[in-house]
Amino acid sequence: MNQAIRHAWVAIAAMFALILGSISYVQVIGADELASNQWNNRAILQTFCQDRGTIVVAGQPIVQSVASGSESCKYQRQYLKPDLYAGLTGYYSNIFGSTGLEKSMNATLTGTSDQLLLDRIKQLFLGQQPQGASVELTIDPAIQQLAYSLIPDGMRGSIVVTNPKTGAIIAMVSKPSYDPNQIATHDQAAAQAAMTKLQGVPGINLNQSVSGPTGALLAPGSVFKLVDTTAALASGKYNKDSVLPNPAQMPLPGSSATLPNYAGGNCYTQNEASFAFALEQSCNTPFASIALDLGQDAIGKQAAAYGFGQDAGNLLHLDYQSGVWPTNLDQAQLAQASIGQFNTKASPLQIALMTDAIANGGVQMKPSLIKTVRAPDLRIIDEPKPEVLRTSTTPAIAGQITDWMTQVVSNGIAKGAAVPGVQVAGKTGTAELGTSGLNNSWFTGFAPADNPQVQVTVVMEGVDVLTGAKLTSPSASKIFEAVLKK
Amino acid sequence: MSAVEAVRPRRNIELVLLILALLVGCGANAMTAINEGAALSNDFWMESGILAAASLALHISLRFRAKYADPVILPIVVTLNGLGLAMIHRLDTPDTDYGNAQARWTVIGMALAAVVIWVLKDHRTLRRFTYISLILSAVLLVLPLVPGVTAGDINGAQVWIKFGSATFQPGEVAKITIGIFFAGYLSTNRDLILLAGRRIGKLQLPRFRDLGPMIIAWLASIGILIFQHDLGMSILFFGIFISMIYVATSRASWALLGILLMFGGAMAASIIFPHIRLRIDGWLNAFDPDVFGRQFGGSYQIVQGLFGMANGGIIGTGLGQGRPDLVPFAHSDMIIAAFGEELGLVGLFAIVMLYALLVTRGMRAAIGARDAFGKLLACGLSAGIGLQCFVVIGGVTRLIPLTGLTTPFLAAGGSSLLANWIIIALMLVISNAARRPLDTTPLQPEEAPNPATTSSLRKQTAAETTLTQAVKKQ
Repeated sequence: MNQAIRHAWVAIAAMFALILGSISYVQVIGADELASNQWNNRAILQTFCQDRGTIVVAGQPIVQSVASGSESCKYQRQYLKPDLYAGLTGYYSNIFGSTGLEKSMNATLTGTSDQLLLDRIKQLFLGQQPQGASVELTIDPAIQQLAYSLIPDGMRGSIVVTNPKTGAIIAMVSKPSYDPNQIATHDQAAAQAAMTKLQGVPGINLNQSVSGPTGALLAPGSVFKLVDTTAALASGKYNKDSVLPNPAQMPLPGSSATLPNYAGGNCYTQNEASFAFALEQSCNTPFASIALDLGQDAIGKQAAAYGFGQDAGNLLHLDYQSGVWPTNLDQAQLAQASIGQFNTKASPLQIALMTDAIANGGVQMKPSLIKTVRAPDLRIIDEPKPEVLRTSTTPAIAGQITDWMTQVVSNGIAKGAAVPGVQVAGKTGTAELGTSGLNNSWFTGFAPADNPQVQVTVVMEGVDVLTGAKLTSPSASKIFEAVLKK
Repeated sequence: MSAVEAVRPRRNIELVLLILALLVGCGANAMTAINEGAALSNDFWMESGILAAASLALHISLRFRAKYADPVILPIVVTLNGLGLAMIHRLDTPDTDYGNAQARWTVIGMALAAVVIWVLKDHRTLRRFTYISLILSAVLLVLPLVPGVTAGDINGAQVWIKFGSATFQPGEVAKITIGIFFAGYLSTNRDLILLAGRRIGKLQLPRFRDLGPMIIAWLASIGILIFQHDLGMSILFFGIFISMIYVATSRASWALLGILLMFGGAMAASIIFPHIRLRIDGWLNAFDPDVFGRQFGGSYQIVQGLFGMANGGIIGTGLGQGRPDLVPFAHSDMIIAAFGEELGLVGLFAIVMLYALLVTRGMRAAIGARDAFGKLLACGLSAGIGLQCFVVIGGVTRLIPLTGLTTPFLAAGGSSLLANWIIIALMLVISNAARRPLDTTPLQPEEAPNPATTSSLRKQTAAETTLTQAVKKQ
């Protein structure tokens, strides 16, 4: 009987072990996931009135906690240059939760991250108020300001400036923007009213996963031809001297419609084209024929290698949507999709990452937004190093495409992006939005072409062709100049 | 166990541990007040005073009546009860007064425990009440269904009865009576159950009438489930029974048969009864928006509890500094989540270890007990506490479906507190018998001429004869 009692004890002990396991799971292993659950408003409720860490750009705070003067809720979040940085910082509200870096860096900013455990214990024993860590961004404030001013008020657009060699984000802006102070206020009625009003503004970047440079999925138009070109060279069927068919109009297989070349440029002068000419003039039919030749899987594979449908790594700290290469296309749809129309979609950051990869010899670095994380005593507790995200193509192919992109700027359709004394590589895109006559106008490129220091992607949404041309390539030129002058 | 160890009563160690236990319990209560920036209220002094006085009274009772009782059991339970009081007090809003109610029930529970210790010199006396316990169990279990007595359906379960304005859960007390019945029945009939019956190959089939208690236990469990909608209690009853029949027979096959019956019953119930299906759905698909938002049988409560525990992390938010009030029923069913949030993984592990230690001491008493009845009773009651912890904490942490069981000594709930204190008194009495020096154990003379005992003794002799014959045949 005693043996059986011992066995019963072992069974109960096993149950206790299971319990310890499930407690560990809930409180440690799965805790982060639970903390970030959409229904979980504890972090906000609990830390809303605490002294959160600052978010810093080039030594200057852009978000800080200030004494609110109220006894029940001692600190108020304050956004300096609110509209300029709203797309990155997001807001921090006890009604609407948090977005942007306020959400993703919450544990660090409140001081509850594991790295700050010792600080927390120290504060506990010294009886100090809990204090969060501060986060310094990779952003260059001058470039951020310049990029923001290059999008006219009242228009919709995004600009992403990166360092292709490190993946560091130098500037990332979009308009329309908003003032997070209005939402983070302790005055709940005012916050509610502001939110209702802002939600009515189309394209406003309130939620980084569906809007702004990281979340708005836009038709990429001709910048997608860089994917076709890469796929063509990677297939081995094409090389730099290949001659591509360039009819003014191409019948779409299985359909009565035709795919025309861009009417405004010089495409009509040649019935056959080299890659250089086709890219310079951004002719449609050569790339559509490449796509029909290689098939949708080959284009899709190359798109994925550039990041379409993939994540952007763990250094971005913002909600992110990359892009979409549609599946189950018929031939007519494939032709359309290959020139960045139909259901092909990309976020501005995705296009920037693609160009980064070309600039960096085919290697895509993880986009990163955090330069340093400092404990309350200014000790550096985290300093993310550049990391490779994925290999998108070979150095040879990247170099070849760089050559052609240089010609696009020097004697092609993207002349506006040129910078005196610097070789700029670039590609434009004009994605038609239905039959409205309005387009998404793109520029993506980098400089200097032989030793890339800076990548710029500009997109203006819903503009006519002339406005688009004015607001993309010339804007990129100004940013190239500003960054390279430093 | 060495003889020297067995002879020492160790009551002084108990006193030292008890003072530590009171420091933890009352200290926790004070901490919440301090962390919430409030002065120590009258409630605090009253609750602490009550806990300390009642604990010391129990300790003194043990010195007089059961001086060889295990010295660790009482301090563990006082710690748990004190922590529970502190947390319940902490969760009280200006409109509720669960803290003082819990303090009152603590006094009643500890007073009853003292009564058991004073009256019950020898636990073997209880064996006389084997069949009375069975009847009592049946009555207690049926009471909540009797019109006029029942308090009706509260939070989906019909397990309460009314006493004027107060409610009581008789099922909690039935844990004890059913334990006594099984211990009495199995200790008398274990040999028959073991050896009588046909043997087919390697499988020893029990006689049908020996299967009786298992069928009774199973039917009772299923009945609780069907009529009272109380999945937790149902599992608990059957679990206690399985552990006791396993200990009585040392046959894993019996335990296995029982577990199969339990699963079969539970499966069938989940198919037949929508409220159980909802429970299981709320467990498996807790993070489904429909399940989360469902008004009845949804997962809101468990998910909020998980959020709270995740928020506590490793070291917790500190008493009074978390938001356990966001979890529905934080003071009763979900009190583990409240502790997880405010004391963290570290604190919750400590609490679980206290339970594990309590169960271990109970089992130790079972091993030391010199009679089958005592062994079975101590083992069944300890297993019951262990199982109850598993069902509750496993439910709160989403290891198993959440049921309505209370966490012993921690959760707000008078019936549970009262019943569990009686269980502790029984464990103390059995451990006293187990650790007492051998030469002081004769049965009290006034117990011997009892006809019930004699007849059961005669039955035992018969059983032994059967045993001898069976062995000879083999």
